[in-house]
Amino acid sequence: MMRFILPLMLALAALPARAAIEIKEVVSPGGITAWLVEDHTIPFTALEVRFRGGASVEPMDKRGATNLMTALLEEGAGEMDARAFARARDGLAASFRYSVSDDALSVSAQFLTENRDAAVDLLRQSLIQPRFDAEAIERVRAQVLSGLRSDEKNPQSIAARRFDGLIFGDHPYASSLDGTIETVSALTRDDLRAAHAATLARDRIYVSAVGDITEAELGTLLDKLLGDLPATGAALPGPADPVFPGGVDVVDFPTPQSVVLFGQPGVGQEDPDFFAAFILDHILGGGGFESRLMTEVREKRGLTYGIYTYLADRDHAQTWGGSVASANDRVAEAVDVIRAEWTRLQTEGVTAEELENAKTYLTGAYPLRFDGNGTIANIIVGMQMRGLPIDYAATRNDKVNAVTLEDVNRVAREVLDPAALSFVVVGQPEGLTGTSN
Amino acid sequence: MFRLTAAAVSLALSLTLGLSRPAMADEQVTHFTLDNGMDVVVIEDHRAPVVVHMVWYRAGSADEPAGTSGIAHFLEHLMFKRTETMESGEFSRTVARNGGQDNAFTSYDYTGYFQRVAADRLGLMMQMEADRMVNLRLDDAEIATEREVIIEERNQRVENSPAALFREQKDAVQYLNHRYGVPIIGWRHEMVSLDRDDALAFYERFYAPNNAILVVAGDVTPDEVRALAQEHYGPIPANPALPERLRPTEPPQTAERRITFRDARVAQPYVSRSYLAPERDSGAQDTAAALTILAEVLGSGTTSVMAEALQFDSQVATFTGAFYSGMSLDKTTFDVVVVPSEGVTLEEAEAAMDKVLAEFLTTGVDPEQLDRIKMQLRAAQIYARDNVDSIANRYGRALTQGLTVEDVQAWPDILQAVTADDVMAAARMVLDRRQAVTGWLMAEEVTQ
Repeated sequence: MMRFILPLMLALAALPARAAIEIKEVVSPGGITAWLVEDHTIPFTALEVRFRGGASVEPMDKRGATNLMTALLEEGAGEMDARAFARARDGLAASFRYSVSDDALSVSAQFLTENRDAAVDLLRQSLIQPRFDAEAIERVRAQVLSGLRSDEKNPQSIAARRFDGLIFGDHPYASSLDGTIETVSALTRDDLRAAHAATLARDRIYVSAVGDITEAELGTLLDKLLGDLPATGAALPGPADPVFPGGVDVVDFPTPQSVVLFGQPGVGQEDPDFFAAFILDHILGGGGFESRLMTEVREKRGLTYGIYTYLADRDHAQTWGGSVASANDRVAEAVDVIRAEWTRLQTEGVTAEELENAKTYLTGAYPLRFDGNGTIANIIVGMQMRGLPIDYAATRNDKVNAVTLEDVNRVAREVLDPAALSFVVVGQPEGLTGTSN
Repeated sequence: MFRLTAAAVSLALSLTLGLSRPAMADEQVTHFTLDNGMDVVVIEDHRAPVVVHMVWYRAGSADEPAGTSGIAHFLEHLMFKRTETMESGEFSRTVARNGGQDNAFTSYDYTGYFQRVAADRLGLMMQMEADRMVNLRLDDAEIATEREVIIEERNQRVENSPAALFREQKDAVQYLNHRYGVPIIGWRHEMVSLDRDDALAFYERFYAPNNAILVVAGDVTPDEVRALAQEHYGPIPANPALPERLRPTEPPQTAERRITFRDARVAQPYVSRSYLAPERDSGAQDTAAALTILAEVLGSGTTSVMAEALQFDSQVATFTGAFYSGMSLDKTTFDVVVVPSEGVTLEEAEAAMDKVLAEFLTTGVDPEQLDRIKMQLRAAQIYARDNVDSIANRYGRALTQGLTVEDVQAWPDILQAVTADDVMAAARMVLDRRQAVTGWLMAEEVTQ
């Protein structure tokens, strides 16, 4: 039993208090702002560009236009068709990834110092002069349609679509940004041009760079890469105001294991109670093996391989979501346990020990995140989009530590809402029937 | 097979076909062996105060006794339960209380455990990992519950996925004699009867320092690691009864095989074929290097031979690909896949695929494409240095799959030395239908 002592003692020792990175704000001669972490250890740069708005700025009768447009950015630009572009990129050994979400269009690039100028020029052409060749449109459209047909028979996709449709009313969040077979089939080249103009504009840019690049070099790069984009894009949608009906919604789908999504209203980062809610979520289901739901649903009862919850702080809605999957004959019990734990946490709160353990983990793990150029670039562009200050990384752990047991338990009482907790179950669950409206 | 797949777990195990490796001059790797036979690899990266501590066992699902498929993976789960000195769950709880993350994984050739923590917590991680190497105490009630967890894991990964069920059947047909034909997670009918005796037998047979590799990567020095490893792992005696790693080997494969898998949940049919292929062997990696480049030439990205022919010059396919991973203790596979466009049958897709492969064997490799691939491989070594976790994985995998540190370090140069003639020789050798399984994944109703 002596060996118990060492871990407990070590747990009290100080962990690295803050992330040891120095972020500099760089403003280009043309007025574009970026955050930079200079690190010349490895001769490459990780660059992240975000355009706020993403797929949510498109008209709903053109659903899927932004997604298809984004996929086409690397399919031909300037004088190059798709294959010429790919050959040029591969010849430089640069990596460009383009993706789109409900809140942002994201460009992630990595390039070697030795051919940075050529790589940035190529990236610039893809952002500013994409060709949208008819051949490329049809080829990529076929890929998107193939994915949409697969989604129709994938329980995860079915559940996500049903859940979003259930809570988000007529907001863009209610539908998949991939669009439907009907809308994607009908998209024209003009629709894609319009989606490009609506999404990639200078009034919504966030940029970070990490690696082998100086402030002056980054300033020049920013203007070259982004300076010729239009000044403004399309209006952002308003708040989504999600409505959680409570109860269980069952989608019949013949598969052995039911897939479950659940959720209730969440708490955003700008809310004074955010860190209390964040800690509460960690204890409830965000903390992996140590969470209450993992303990009750997996470790004690063997009802699932994994169960998670998360606070989804999106631009236009804050939700508290979760997921689990259990065999059709056991999923009803999993749902019961989740409901019971939700209620227990709401009425009884957490213990001082749970709070302390959560804080130790969250503050200890935070600095360990900052461990590579690509990772850091991703984190700090996200900080900008959330409107966080440039010294946030140095103060974030203090905010976690400042949360008291009273804070957490008050938020548990006020925010956790077992009546609003809504489930979507996709499968052929035994003993569960739809009860929501 | 991760013990738990969480979005937060960033340790990527599927290295991209061995493309990545830091240039030798820039990679600080130290290798030594403890007196009890435990191998130690230290990879230094002092950019962040983080360390990854991993223990890899040279024991995976392909080392399981017949009739107990899934026991390697089940034991991996049970290793988080009680030991002589720790309560069930205390291991992960302690890691979390120290701000760290932990998890484990099982494959055909290895089982691995890792923690990612602040560098000053390394000793504690070693203390706990050394403890469970020898002090596991299994309890029947916990075994029964955890068995339900691995069944749900199988449900999630396999039973709910027609593509995974298809792959399982195809692998089983590919290997005539080797246990790579048995799924890592196990066949369900055998998993349901795995018990304490099965787990302990596997544990006692394989979990010992002379069958383990310690990999530590991050903000540490080799001297620190050596001292801590001596303190925590050094006192554990070697297992003198550790069996030699002899497995059933494949006989010559002389008959082409075909399977058709139908499932109502299939929305997008496709054809995939695997050819039995040689793996990377210590001191003999040339053929594997040529196959690695062949996969790039044939089916990696927009400018590959298959994409050019089937997605650009014709619109037969919406996706094409070729895959090869030489990281394997025994014979591996070289795979090609074609996802047909709407209105194209699997028969037509397969015929078009075979036509491309046949034409490639006569036209050969485009030298410019080969140059681009080699440039990307060189650059991949630089990009790979950004992720010390993946470097740690590379060494752990190599050392559990019959390679040495020197083999890993020689690999980038071996790749660069591959010629167009080498690629074509490898293609002629591997693209042999007698050693291949061709599979059609289809929706239940016959639409072809």
